[in-house]
Amino acid sequence: MAKPRPRVKLPKTASAGEVITIKTLINHVMESGQRKDKEGKPIPRQIINKFTCEFNGTPVFSCDIEPAISANPYFEFTAKVMESGKFKFSWVDDNGETYTHEQGIQIK
Amino acid sequence: MLKKTRMLAAVAAVAGFALAGSYAVAEPADDDLVIDGTMKMTVRAKPPEGHPLDEVRSGWLYRTEETRALEEDTFQNPGMLYVERGEEIWNTADGKAGKSCASCHGEAAASMKGVGASFPKWDADAKRPINIELRINKCRQENMQAEPYKFDHADQKALTTYIKHQSLGMPVSVDLSQGDMQSWWEKGKETYYTRTGQLNLSCASCHELNNGKYIRADHLSQGNVNGFPTYRLKQANMVSLHNRFRGCIRDTRAEYPKAFTDVLMALEVYVTWRGTGLSVETPAVRQ
Repeated sequence: MAKPRPRVKLPKTASAGEVITIKTLINHVMESGQRKDKEGKPIPRQIINKFTCEFNGTPVFSCDIEPAISANPYFEFTAKVMESGKFKFSWVDDNGETYTHEQGIQIK
Repeated sequence: MLKKTRMLAAVAAVAGFALAGSYAVAEPADDDLVIDGTMKMTVRAKPPEGHPLDEVRSGWLYRTEETRALEEDTFQNPGMLYVERGEEIWNTADGKAGKSCASCHGEAAASMKGVGASFPKWDADAKRPINIELRINKCRQENMQAEPYKFDHADQKALTTYIKHQSLGMPVSVDLSQGDMQSWWEKGKETYYTRTGQLNLSCASCHELNNGKYIRADHLSQGNVNGFPTYRLKQANMVSLHNRFRGCIRDTRAEYPKAFTDVLMALEVYVTWRGTGLSVETPAVRQ
């Protein structure tokens, strides 16, 4: 599969105090480490092991991810927005890479 | 990712049925498939003349509420990742001729619209019906001077998914009047009704006579193919139609034919016809 690329869906605008729904998806194989290849050798684990979301530097949501999570992990959660600003999302890969995405929201 | 509330609702629903002492949970869902709240799909259609069933139904109706929800939202549908990948392939030159699909066909949204609803089609050169996978390979060899994709190569699945997706919502309609399509339809029909394997099952044993019932943990659908290539949660990947045919035949404990052989191409012609009138759902999401 292609290089992991984050996708985020959230409204462009909201009224102050509104609870918005945030949807996130990243393409990733989420290789559990439990499988074997054709020669019988274990396929090393490679998963996204952590996901975080911040708003203007304040944590909104985060979680550790375990091998049982299936490929292309999808997260949906809600957040109350009081001011205009930027959401920052990051996905931490077992290989040390971090994939990030930023998306702003305006208060009407 | 299941939402807790939805899971609880599902548990409550099952408990309700159990209290009523009913097995109604095995019935297909009474639900409408509306993608992104705007595109209404035809999931129940009037069968074409000569069809054995009263109503043609999409496999979507036989899936759980959670799986159905995945297909209703293109953002959540994991198959859309392969549509994106297919678009990249569409625009990337390959082969000695230095051409991409887009070099000749331009925007897929215009040039490929309807293609996914009308294949398999008669191929006058090969004197047999071909599907989208084989059509891509033909183009790769003749026009791009590139290697044909091996069966179920990741790029073959992604590009097929992308091309079929351009017909999302269009009704499946196979033209049996071209070439020898009618006799291939007959051959496919024969295969469909022929019992095979140690379990002595034909396609019809499950998908015609027992659809709506459970075979162990699996809710049997009518076996319509309007959503292929399909994202299967079991494989966490796209599954091509011929892969699914082979898997189904393997499950009857029979020896299974190679992909794109005459017997499976005939079956594709016949089974696609059985889903006439249903919307193309590619990429559908199934269990």
